[in-house]
Amino acid sequence: MDWLSKFPNMNDEALTALKKAIDDGFRAFTRSYGDGIEEFFEPLQYFLVQCERFMTGTPWPIILLLIAAIAWFASRSWKIVLGCVATLLLIGYFGMWADTMRTISMIFVCTVLAIAIGIPIGIAMSLSNRLQSIVNPVLDIMQTMPSFVYLIPVVMLLGIGKVPGLIAVVIYAIPPIIRLTNLGIRLVDKDVLEAADAFGSSGWQRLKNVQMPLALPTIMAGINQTIMMALAMVVIASMIGVQGLGQPVLKAIANQYFTLGVFNGFAIVGIAIIFDRVSQAYGRRLQKHREVIHG
Amino acid sequence: MANPVKSNYGIEIKNLYKIFGASAAAYVDHVKKGMTKTELNERYGHVLGLKNINISMPSGSIQVIMGLSGSGKSTLIRHINRLIDPTAGEVIVGGVDVVKMNKRELRDFRRHQTAMVFQKFALLPHRTVLDNTVYGLEVQGVPRAKQVDAAMHWIERVGLKGFEKRYPNQLSGGMQQRVGLARALANDAPILLMDEAYSALDPLIRMDMQSVLLDLQKEIRKTIVFITHDLDEALRLGDRIAILRDGEIIQQGTSQDIVLRPADDYIANFVKEVNRGRVIHVETVMSPLGSGGPAQAIMVPAGTKLDAAARKLMQSKQSEIVVVDSKGNSLGRLSLAQITSAMVTPAAREEQAAGIELAPVI
Ligand SMILES: Nc1ncnc2c1ncn2[C@@H]1O[C@H](COP(=O)(O)OP(=O)(O)O)[C@@H](O)[C@H]1O
Ligand SMILES: [Mg+2]
Repeated sequence: MDWLSKFPNMNDEALTALKKAIDDGFRAFTRSYGDGIEEFFEPLQYFLVQCERFMTGTPWPIILLLIAAIAWFASRSWKIVLGCVATLLLIGYFGMWADTMRTISMIFVCTVLAIAIGIPIGIAMSLSNRLQSIVNPVLDIMQTMPSFVYLIPVVMLLGIGKVPGLIAVVIYAIPPIIRLTNLGIRLVDKDVLEAADAFGSSGWQRLKNVQMPLALPTIMAGINQTIMMALAMVVIASMIGVQGLGQPVLKAIANQYFTLGVFNGFAIVGIAIIFDRVSQAYGRRLQKHREVIHG
Repeated sequence: MANPVKSNYGIEIKNLYKIFGASAAAYVDHVKKGMTKTELNERYGHVLGLKNINISMPSGSIQVIMGLSGSGKSTLIRHINRLIDPTAGEVIVGGVDVVKMNKRELRDFRRHQTAMVFQKFALLPHRTVLDNTVYGLEVQGVPRAKQVDAAMHWIERVGLKGFEKRYPNQLSGGMQQRVGLARALANDAPILLMDEAYSALDPLIRMDMQSVLLDLQKEIRKTIVFITHDLDEALRLGDRIAILRDGEIIQQGTSQDIVLRPADDYIANFVKEVNRGRVIHVETVMSPLGSGGPAQAIMVPAGTKLDAAARKLMQSKQSEIVVVDSKGNSLGRLSLAQITSAMVTPAAREEQAAGIELAPVI
């Protein structure tokens, strides 16, 4: 009755051989294509570095003013602007300004990239039921896979650094924006679409004049979720060399520095709230005239 | 009604069939051989939308299509700009079969020859009144300054001046539909399709919008296809009326034909509630002049409704009216007694209609 208490798995040698074969295969792939792939991501590296240089190199009052201005234009709410400024001042006062700026710049680049890749995929999905049935399970896997697992192939391929971190974050954070772009377009009022057709809109005109604008509040909700997920992943990505608020947290865990961990943790919470409130307020402002009211 | 017609965009629908379902084409023959809507649905799970529709809509006039909910009105009007593809048949507009157009031709056709007004308005909620109104022209690629000129003209004509910068959800239903109308008119297409455009509006506002349309039509003289489930609206607007039931046309003709000669009991039942004095024209019920007409009679132009004629007659204290055409020639005569009897629903029909209502109870 041995096979009942111990699962009859394939024999250990075969299993080891299988894992080794896959790993070797991947390593060989990396060795031959790694450089090419690295070159491919060069522009990304450049963008990332420039962004970070801007955020950390510019005098802090200017950055503060800039963030306050963005918050104001997005939300038109003094409360939110004051909240942002107060949070940032507090973070700076506790000595985490530079790390926070690095994290913000990383989140910014990740979000831009996720939008640039995610929205077209979402649009394509909304136009084809077949594509939707292929992409949806992939997104399910991406969302349930433990986030650490993404780090392994990325590191093997590109080593440790900003770009592999960026890629891992984008892969982890992109599903909501794809899903909600697809959903938003599919939920567009059929009557309005029919009207657009009746006036002879081309496919592009339909997309630009009707589907995208009407789906925008839903897409904004996707962007908001993507930002939140990116923020969570940035901490994990610090394990592979992404600088910012994640690294002190990692150090705190390794050395049991309780206060360091808590301070940096709060700084992350602080910028999460800023991103969340500002992007949601912007979404609400978009929504203002959108509800269709009959009668 | 004898004004010169602006264009020759009549609409000619021939042997049109529409079946909804996966293998619609396979069942056209069944339907042609007489299979009913219920049978098709129960045995083959397909829905019969339209059956052997033949209508000729002269250009420059208002064709009303009337029927109860589910009778196929929306399906029919959507064949004219091919928002729905037919299962069989032809839709000929200005001499061209819309069914045979390719994608590009169809798009151009929709851009330049047709405009549509919808029951639920279907405005773009994120655009202002002005930006909604320019939509058709924007799609055509007209320069923005021209778009705005045309849009402002029509916004003013439908009575929305001063509201250009509002958003649809800041307007009442009646005003939203004025935007829908302005958007369609700005397109300057010879054909205007209106699918229950006024059904969502309150009765008073609806009357108001009917007047707006009739006034505009005197000037624009488009080929208008107007869908409604309301007989009073149909009789008020329609130069010609077609009545649809379960996807089939059961009668078509002028308002006079429908009211005075309903094709079957179903229509008679509708018609009995109509205020005949407001619908029937004097020339429809007049008697011949005969010899030695009345010495003193008041002249009433052809096309006058009975109740207006009766009012004139009462005021003038004469005993008869003489119906004259637009050139002043006498056409016939009509006494107060004749007018009154024509305004009352004939007894036979009243009973007949009552009988229909009782039938299911027995
Ligand atoms: N896409 C469709 N699929 C199946 N049946 C449909 C479809 N569109 C309309 N029908 C059916 O066709 C009939 C006529 O519908 P419609 O033209 O909307 O009627 P109306 O506008 O007169 O209320 C109804 O029985 C309806 O259920
Ligand atoms: Mg309808």
